[in-house]
Amino acid sequence: MAASYDYDDTTGYEDNGGGHRQQQTDLGYDPNFVPDSVKTFVVHMYRHIREKNVYEIHQMYEGSFQNLSERMFKESPWPSVDAVAQYVDNDHVFCLLYREMWFRHLYARLSPTLKQRIDSWDNYCSLFQVVLHGVVNMQLPNQWLWDMVDEFVYQFQSFCQYRAKMKNKTEQEIALLRQHDQAWNLYGVLNFLQALVEKSMIIQILEQEKEGLEQFTATDGYDYNGGSNVLKVLGYFSMVGLLRVHCLLGDYHTGLKCLLPIDISQQGVYTSVIGSHIATIYHYGFANLMLRRYVEAIREFNKILLYIYKNKQYHQKSTQYEQILKKNEQMYALLAISLSLCPQLTLVEETVNSQLREKYGEKMMRMQRYDDEAYSLYDELFSYACPKFITPSAPTYDEPLVNYNQDAYRLQLKLFLYEVKQQQLISGVRTFLKLYSTISLGKLATYMEVDEPTLRSILMTYKHKTHAVDYDGKIISNADVNFYINDDMINVVESKPAKRYGDYFLRQIVKFEGVMNDMDGIKLS
Amino acid sequence: MGREREVQKQPISYTVEQLVALNPYNPDILPDLENYVNEQVSSQTYSLDANLCLLRLYQFEPERMSTQIVARILVKALMAMPAPDFSLCLFLIPERVQMEEQFKTLIVLSHYLETARFRQFWDEAAKNRHLVEVVPGFEQAIQTYAIHVLSLTYQKIPRPVLAEAINIEGLSLDKFLEHQVANYNWVLEKGHGRGQLIALPGNEFNQPELKKNTADSIPLEHITRIFPILG
Repeated sequence: MAASYDYDDTTGYEDNGGGHRQQQTDLGYDPNFVPDSVKTFVVHMYRHIREKNVYEIHQMYEGSFQNLSERMFKESPWPSVDAVAQYVDNDHVFCLLYREMWFRHLYARLSPTLKQRIDSWDNYCSLFQVVLHGVVNMQLPNQWLWDMVDEFVYQFQSFCQYRAKMKNKTEQEIALLRQHDQAWNLYGVLNFLQALVEKSMIIQILEQEKEGLEQFTATDGYDYNGGSNVLKVLGYFSMVGLLRVHCLLGDYHTGLKCLLPIDISQQGVYTSVIGSHIATIYHYGFANLMLRRYVEAIREFNKILLYIYKNKQYHQKSTQYEQILKKNEQMYALLAISLSLCPQLTLVEETVNSQLREKYGEKMMRMQRYDDEAYSLYDELFSYACPKFITPSAPTYDEPLVNYNQDAYRLQLKLFLYEVKQQQLISGVRTFLKLYSTISLGKLATYMEVDEPTLRSILMTYKHKTHAVDYDGKIISNADVNFYINDDMINVVESKPAKRYGDYFLRQIVKFEGVMNDMDGIKLS
Repeated sequence: MGREREVQKQPISYTVEQLVALNPYNPDILPDLENYVNEQVSSQTYSLDANLCLLRLYQFEPERMSTQIVARILVKALMAMPAPDFSLCLFLIPERVQMEEQFKTLIVLSHYLETARFRQFWDEAAKNRHLVEVVPGFEQAIQTYAIHVLSLTYQKIPRPVLAEAINIEGLSLDKFLEHQVANYNWVLEKGHGRGQLIALPGNEFNQPELKKNTADSIPLEHITRIFPILG
């Protein structure tokens, strides 16, 4: 099946029919020149899409496209869509898909111009509108559909960063920006994602699936009844897209709300593509960290880091590999932060813990000292690991033009460090409480060199900070050391590590059953 | 008894809530959201989702921002403590706006509440009545929060400590305590020499025996996996 994909570009490039001249534009390449290998690529890709051969589409999308990019388009864009359209019956939808890949390649390898950014936005608008009108009858691989949403949000983020650097903009660029103020407009982006979620009815589908009335997760989102998976799966991934955009704005609460229909305690379509799995958990964990739900953040980071550790070898050849490694490192930093603010090492699995100690063991020790050096470490790790926050409003075009691309990030960092500072007050308390089973307020106040009223405040702060409010408004304790006060006596509660009898018995039952089955299988001659 | 936060009454008007749920990314609903903030203030209701939606709109169109509305949103968020709503709102308000006097004051008030410095809080609030008294129910909401933190920390609390935390003294405090004893299982005791001691109801946070050991509970899905074996 794959034989025809051995793109051998050693044969001379055929001149395209139709009277194309070799155009030497000042782009340094000819956008209208279509090498044989590209021609073969689009022809086959087009056929497979029409025939809904998802596996082959995936092979071409992941494999051939990357190979060709690597061999022939390392530093230049792919041929323009106008040049290839003739080989694919000028199919409107295929051209939109081709352009989407074209722009993605451009962003990855080169630096897009403002005009190209705007054109890419127009392409996404057209593509999403076609999908939303429900006229698309294709089955595309989940990898591709995820990449579309992921890239859409990424280009939005990139545009906001670009636009916020007003200082060195040329007059041309400013004029173009003013003219196309709808391009990569925040509400345009959000409304597209929201529309995909709504039109696909994905939330209702997931609800009904729980009652066995629908099949979605079981088929990985694919439609085996002759229909299309595109709208449904795009709608599904758009929920992750919405989480991501809201995190970029600093609205963590709404971001998590958008993700709510997806049950991250289970496998799902979001785990079918590793990029989606990582992006989901990264943003989920980060949002929980900013919401002070440290235990939740630690739990999820722990799970995903273990997953990456076990599975990254299978993705070494993939174009996603670098991104996977980068996110891995960032999540270790976030885990280090979370554990420094909420020391609950029992939540972390052994492999992850040893990796963590290797990367951040020393820094974590220093962070828990809460001196000046500690703050600079919190700053460093947060800045390394945080999303690329954006300022969504349009720039003011009055002189003098300034760069304000760092404003959003600086605000989030400042508020985060403010929270860290408040937690500084309770750092000393932990150490002392671990030494006593009972101690009077007066005595502890003397040891900690504060007066009694201050100590009362500190103890209440400890209680407040270690008792987070979860999504349903319930209070959840994540305190590692517990106590209560009777009049002026502090009683420290010893926390015993829980013996997990239930799990143990379950495992043994299954094991025993296995042994019995094996024995039954033995034929005695 | 899990300590459930007492949620402020659910809003009466559903139109705005519907807007926020179905069409939140629409700059045209800004006036509706602003009116809704004022409605929350006057009818003593609260909606975090609607207020975040408005703050996002302000973020997107800073020229339309009303600092008066933002201040009200922040006061309402303070009243929602221990929920982190105040921080959530701050994440969406540009730094230069946060530098304004009224916002600096609100941030200081929040800081005192976050670090359980109730005496300093009430002193500062008294100096800034114009900011907080425009929102009815403010005092009661903060007192509820104070009691929440006290209930996490104390089994028995000396009267002066309680008085300072909820800013009620003398006869008013006596009346208040009567009410709590009658309705919320508070018990008044004699402290050694120091006067009154108030015993707060037990919960899993101030009474360790009441803590359910959830660590050993097994989700039903795990048991269903071994049904074939057990059956």
